[in-house]
Amino acid sequence: MTLEIIGISVLWLFLFLYVIVASIDFGAGFFNAYSAFTNKQHILTNIIQRYLSPVWEVTNVFFVFFFVGIIGFFPLTAYYYGTALLVPASIALVLLAIRGSYYAFATYGAKINHRGYIYMYGLSGLLLPAALSPVLAMSEGGFIKMADDKPYLDYWALFTSPLSWSIVVLSLTAVLYISAVFLTWYADKAGDVKATDLMRKYALIWAGPAIITATGIIFELRAHNAEHYTRLLDLWWVFGISFLLFVGTVYLIWKRRNYGWAFILLVGQFFTAFFAYGFSHYPYLLYPYLTIYDSFTNESMAIALIIAFIAGLGLLLPSLYLLFRLFLFDKDYVKGKSDYHA
Amino acid sequence: MGFEDTALLSRILTLMTLSFHILYATVGVGVPLMIMIAQWVGIKKNDDHYILLARRWARGFVITVAVGVVTGTAIGLQLSLLWPNFMQLAGNVIALPLFMEVFAFFFEAIFLGIYLYTWDRFEDQRKHLLLLIPVALGAAASSLFITVVNAFMNSPQGFEVLNGELVNVSPLLAMLSPAMPTKVAHVMATAFMTSAFLLASIAAFRMIRGSNHVYHKKALFLTMKLGLVFSIATALIGDFSGKYLAEYQPEKLAAAEWHFETEEGAELILFGVLDGEEAKYAIKVPYALSILAHGLPDSEVTGLNEFPKDEIPPLWIHYLFDTMVTIGMWLAFFSFVYVVAAWRGWSFIKAKWFRWLIVAGGPLALIAIEAGWWFTEVGRQPWILRGYMKTSEAATTSGQVDLMIILFAGLYFILGVGTIVVLSRMYKRNPVEKELADREAQKGGEQE
Repeated sequence: MTLEIIGISVLWLFLFLYVIVASIDFGAGFFNAYSAFTNKQHILTNIIQRYLSPVWEVTNVFFVFFFVGIIGFFPLTAYYYGTALLVPASIALVLLAIRGSYYAFATYGAKINHRGYIYMYGLSGLLLPAALSPVLAMSEGGFIKMADDKPYLDYWALFTSPLSWSIVVLSLTAVLYISAVFLTWYADKAGDVKATDLMRKYALIWAGPAIITATGIIFELRAHNAEHYTRLLDLWWVFGISFLLFVGTVYLIWKRRNYGWAFILLVGQFFTAFFAYGFSHYPYLLYPYLTIYDSFTNESMAIALIIAFIAGLGLLLPSLYLLFRLFLFDKDYVKGKSDYHA
Repeated sequence: MGFEDTALLSRILTLMTLSFHILYATVGVGVPLMIMIAQWVGIKKNDDHYILLARRWARGFVITVAVGVVTGTAIGLQLSLLWPNFMQLAGNVIALPLFMEVFAFFFEAIFLGIYLYTWDRFEDQRKHLLLLIPVALGAAASSLFITVVNAFMNSPQGFEVLNGELVNVSPLLAMLSPAMPTKVAHVMATAFMTSAFLLASIAAFRMIRGSNHVYHKKALFLTMKLGLVFSIATALIGDFSGKYLAEYQPEKLAAAEWHFETEEGAELILFGVLDGEEAKYAIKVPYALSILAHGLPDSEVTGLNEFPKDEIPPLWIHYLFDTMVTIGMWLAFFSFVYVVAAWRGWSFIKAKWFRWLIVAGGPLALIAIEAGWWFTEVGRQPWILRGYMKTSEAATTSGQVDLMIILFAGLYFILGVGTIVVLSRMYKRNPVEKELADREAQKGGEQE
C-alpha cells in the first residue's frame, strides 16, 4: 500500500464518520422542528437534547479533521477546490456557525424555546447537507472549469445538472433516514415508548426514498462520467452487500426488534456503499485535473502526518470510548434519571 | 476585479474573522485553567464557594467555546478559500502542526462534553477535577500548534526552494522556527492573563451592583492574583519577543519604533505622531530600544532605511505596539497595587472608582490582544511567508470575496450580540445568591 492510498483512506474514513454523526445531528434538528410543528415536541425534545448536548462539539471536529487532513495530505486540493468553492463553502460555514452557536445558546444558556428558532435550527440542518453535497458532484468533473490556468466554478452547469440535484436529494433522505434509525434505538434504550414509535415511523418513511435516490445516482453517472460508471459497475457486488444490509435494517425496525443491530446494519450499509463509491473514484480527487498522485505532499510530510495520526488515534479512541460509556451506554444518563448538567 | 483588489478584500475578510475569533479563542485557552484552579482550590480548602465558582464559569465558558469553535472552523476553511496559493505551498511544509491542532481540539471537545455533563455524578470531586486536565491541556496544545503555524509564516524554515520546487522538507524543523518559542509563550501567557482579568471584571461588576457576597470577594482576589502572575510573565516574554524581532525580523521592530537609521544606543519612542521621519509629541527613552533589542544600551539596532522600500511594513503599526505595551504595563502595575493593598488591608480598593478600574481591566486586556495580533500580522506585510511569498501572490482569484465579507460581517454581528445577550441573561436570571440557596435546599432534601 502506498502512502497516497493510506492518506486518502484515512481521510475517507473520517469523512464517513462525519457523514454518520452529522446526519444524526442534522436529522435530529429537523425531527425536533417537525415535532414542534405538529405539536409533538414534548415527545422528542428530551431524547434529542440528552444525546446531542455532550457530543455536538465532537461532531464538528470530524468535519475540521477532514478538511485539514485533505490540505495536509493533498495540498494541491487547496488550489483547485479552495479557489472554486469560496461561495458554497462560505454559505455552509455560515449555516454551521448559526447552528452550532444556536444550539449552545439555546440549550446551555438562555433556554430559548421560541418556535422560530426551533424551525430555523431544523431547517439549517437540511440546508447544510444541501450546501455540502455538491462538492461530491464537483469531484466528478464538468463543474470546475479552467480559465487562464485558474479554476473557477461553473454555477450554471452545477445548478442545471441532474447529477448535482440527485446528490442533494440523496444527502437529504440519507440524513433523515440515518438519524431516524439512530434515534429509534436511542429512544428505545431510554425506555421511551412514544418517542421510539414516532422515530420508528420516520425511519420506515425515509428508508424508501433513501435507497431509491442512491440507486438513481449510479445511473446519473452513466451520462455524466462514463469512466466512473464502469468502475462502479465492477464493484456491483459490494453495492449488493450494502443493499442486503439495508433490507436487514428495515426488517428489524419493521419487526420492532434489536434496534441496536438495526443501527449497526445501517452503518454497515453506508460504510460499504461509501467505500465502494470511494474506490471507484480512484485515482481522481477532481476529475480529470487532480489525481491523488499528482497532488500528494512530499514524503517526509506524509510520514510525519501518518505518525501524528497514529499517535492522535491512540489518544482519541480511548477518549471516545469513555464518552460513549458515560453518555451513550450509561442507562441512568440515557433515561435522564439525574440532571448532571453543569 | 483586479488581482490586487481580491488580495485586499481577502485580507479584510481574514482580518475580520481572526479579530472576532481571537476574542473567543483567548478566553477558550485561558478560562479552562482558571476553572481548574478554582476547582482545585475548592477541593483543597474544602470550600464550596470555589467549586461553585468553577461551575458558574464553566457554564458561561460553554457559550464562548461554541462561538470559538464555529469561528475557528470558519478561519480554518477560509485559509484555503481565500489563500489557496499559499496553502498549496505551505501545506507541504506546515501541515503537521495544523493536523496536530485538530487532534488537540478533538481531545478538548471530548473531555469538555464529559466535564460539563458529569457534575455531581462522581462521589469524589477530585475525579471530576481530573476531567479538566485534558480540557486545559487540549486548549493550550491547540493554541501551541496553531501559533507554531503562525510562527512559521513569520520565520519560515525547514525547506529549500530549487527551481520553484520545494525540496528537503523537514516538518519538524518547520515547527521549530525561531519565532516559535517567544510567540507560543506570549500567546499562552496573554491568554491566561486576559482570562484572569475578564473574570475579575465580572466579580468587580457584581460587587458594584450591590452584591456583597463573600463569593465575589473570593473570586476577585483569586483572579487578580492570577492576573498579576501572568501579566508579569507576559512582560518578561514580551521582552524576549523584542530580542527575537531584532535578530530575525528587524524591519518589524524598526517600523514599530519608527527607527530609520541604523545606530548604536537607539532610543525607544513612546506614543507620538509621525511627521516625515520625525516623531512629534513623543516620549523618547534613550538607549531603551537597544536594551529591548539586544540587552545592552550601546548595541546596534538595524533601521528601516536598510530595507527595500517595498518590503517594509506600514508605519502605523507603531500605534498598535504602543497600545499593547501600555495596556500590558498598566495591568501588571494595577494588579500589583491591588494584591499588595488586599494583603495589607488598605481600604481604597473597596472604593467604587477602584472597582470600576477593575471592571475596565478585562476589556482592556482584550483590546491589547487585538492590538498585539494586528501588530504582529500587519508588521510582516508585505509578506505572507516572510522572504518567500508576498500576500498579493497568495490570494484567491475568485471575484466574490466582497459578497462574502458582507455575509460574514452579518454572521459575526449576530454571534457577538448573541453571546452578550445569552451570557448576561444566564447570570442575571440565576445570581449566585439564588444558586447557593438552591444548593442548600437540595442538600437538605437529600438528607431527609
